[in-house]
Amino acid sequence: MSGRLDSTFARLRENKQKALIAYLMAGDPGLAETEQLVVALEQAGVDIIELGVPFSDPIADGPVIQQAAERALKNGTTLRQILVSVTSLRQRTQIPIILMLYYNSIHAMGCEEFCKAAKAAGVDGLIVPDMPPDEAGPLKAPADVVGLSLIFLLAPTSTTDRRKLVAKESHGFVYYVSLTGITGAKLSNATDIQQNIDKLRKVSAAPVAVGFGVATPEDAARVSKMADGVIVGSAIVKQIAAHQQDPGMVGHVAEFVRSLKAAMVPA
Amino acid sequence: MPILPDSRGRFGPYGGRYVPETLMPALLELEEEYAKVKKDRRFQADLAYYLKQYVGRPTSLYRADRLTKKLGGAKIYLKREDLCHTGAHKINNAIGQALLAVRMKKPRVIAETGAGQHGVATATAAAMFGLECEIYMGTEDMERQALNVFRMRLLGAKVTGVDAGSRTLKDAISEAMRDWTTNVRTTHYILGSVLGAHPYPMMIRDFQAVIGREARKQILVAEGKLPNYLVACVGGGSNSIGLFHAFLKDPKVKMVGVEAGGTGITSGKHAARFSGGKPGVLQGTMTYLLQDENGQINLTHSVSAGLDYAAVGPEHSLYHDLGRIEYTYATDSEAMAAFDLLAQEEGIIPALESAHAIAHVVKLAPTLKKSQLIITNLSGRGDKDVQQVARMRGVTL
Repeated sequence: MSGRLDSTFARLRENKQKALIAYLMAGDPGLAETEQLVVALEQAGVDIIELGVPFSDPIADGPVIQQAAERALKNGTTLRQILVSVTSLRQRTQIPIILMLYYNSIHAMGCEEFCKAAKAAGVDGLIVPDMPPDEAGPLKAPADVVGLSLIFLLAPTSTTDRRKLVAKESHGFVYYVSLTGITGAKLSNATDIQQNIDKLRKVSAAPVAVGFGVATPEDAARVSKMADGVIVGSAIVKQIAAHQQDPGMVGHVAEFVRSLKAAMVPA
Repeated sequence: MPILPDSRGRFGPYGGRYVPETLMPALLELEEEYAKVKKDRRFQADLAYYLKQYVGRPTSLYRADRLTKKLGGAKIYLKREDLCHTGAHKINNAIGQALLAVRMKKPRVIAETGAGQHGVATATAAAMFGLECEIYMGTEDMERQALNVFRMRLLGAKVTGVDAGSRTLKDAISEAMRDWTTNVRTTHYILGSVLGAHPYPMMIRDFQAVIGREARKQILVAEGKLPNYLVACVGGGSNSIGLFHAFLKDPKVKMVGVEAGGTGITSGKHAARFSGGKPGVLQGTMTYLLQDENGQINLTHSVSAGLDYAAVGPEHSLYHDLGRIEYTYATDSEAMAAFDLLAQEEGIIPALESAHAIAHVVKLAPTLKKSQLIITNLSGRGDKDVQQVARMRGVTL
């Protein structure tokens, strides 16, 4: 469906590599910095960028990402400005960019207008954490028309029926939530993750990326043994927060990301 | 009108289930269990027993003669939910859901609370059924409702302050949803109003509909006819839907929901969703919200913590669009005046939430004939608000 996402996973598979997916809160500390981070992180080995759109009431997120959203909103960051940033990034990079945003941000703009604008800016896919496939109808049609991949989440609590539904509706990849909890919590044990991924593989040929709770190079190493992609969010956002006032912030974050990528095992 | 909500939890375009995937299996399980207990005689008999012997139902329908005389118009009845055990209608739902938690073998319950009445009701039901209980409450609300915080702790509940966002009900709900997402296997979330994802708005309405069923019978006995108006305050909207529901099929019964007008609509400091909001999705449901043009949720304000919330129950949104229920608002100062009026004319100190309903009755009654009837829901008593009112008036207790 999406050229950049599919070809990235295909290329990685050919090179026997796993995807490192990095989450950034757009507008934290500012959109100019977010753009610099995207470019620097690609150079540091990140394969896919997940851009968080700040929302006032992020129910799926833990305190680290919630606070980043508050900082971004305080700066006046809006979805429209983020799309302008993506447009400008497309002059410099072809890394797949996925937006992670709550449904009300899309609803406020209108599903159709949003999909057109996101595609035109160069966005490849969408993750909407408070929109399960059951409620995706109004977004699915316009996303399909323009060719935006809708990526759904699968949880440890998902039943067989839910697993089939998520596998069927998800495009680009399936996002496996490693734990019953919110972003930034502690990674659960590897056996559970492995078992759930095995079950998913039986009903889906799509790549599987694992997120929520992947914080250290050791976590990245463990998860990369089981999945096609490793998603790191809160740990990166924490680095950005810690170096807010530091002119070397982008370099620090790139270095951290390099250590994650280095720890990931080849396929 | 068809049976609402439909199988997808929709009230027309409103409602639904906008939650992280982690919660979907729990919501589906809850929907299934609730469908079973709705038809289960044993469960319904247990619920009826606790409502009668523990909560003290039926609550009375009291004819407020002095208030009627003072306002000089329609005859006013008060549905006395303030006489329920723990002092508000919230216990009707808390008992129902706690019974359900026991049946689902969940040893732990959590809840959010704004004014503290739902927190107290949940802590009470948890104590009575032997469940572990944790209550989330915005730190601003903890300050204005300190008495209820202490009551919850006396009842053995853990009260956790939420310091994010506006530090009120909205933030407490987000935190409770996060807890539920993390502990969903052992925990039932006792949501306190007709909000959130399906099946909550339906289930909580059903548990509160006892208010209107009783009131309908009581007014027919007392007056031999149905009321002309029903008036209730609307925060999330559980006491109002509870009163209104049994009368929805009576086209001559007019209904008014009273939202929190705060310091006035033009001031922007209010919680009147139907006077400044538009549809969107917050905390699991599609409904009218106070939001900006980018879909960020606005901060709200009300003198009453229980009405201080940016969204309204999805069923209300449908009745608003259909014109079946009229929605208006009362300001902080109108509610405060009504608070004093009811205390001095009838010897009843109302909750500040319920005082908003009384404030509308003050405007409405004089415009009606003496032969006409108003039932207003006195959803809770004002003991919890006494400290706050004293503080606002500069009185040291």
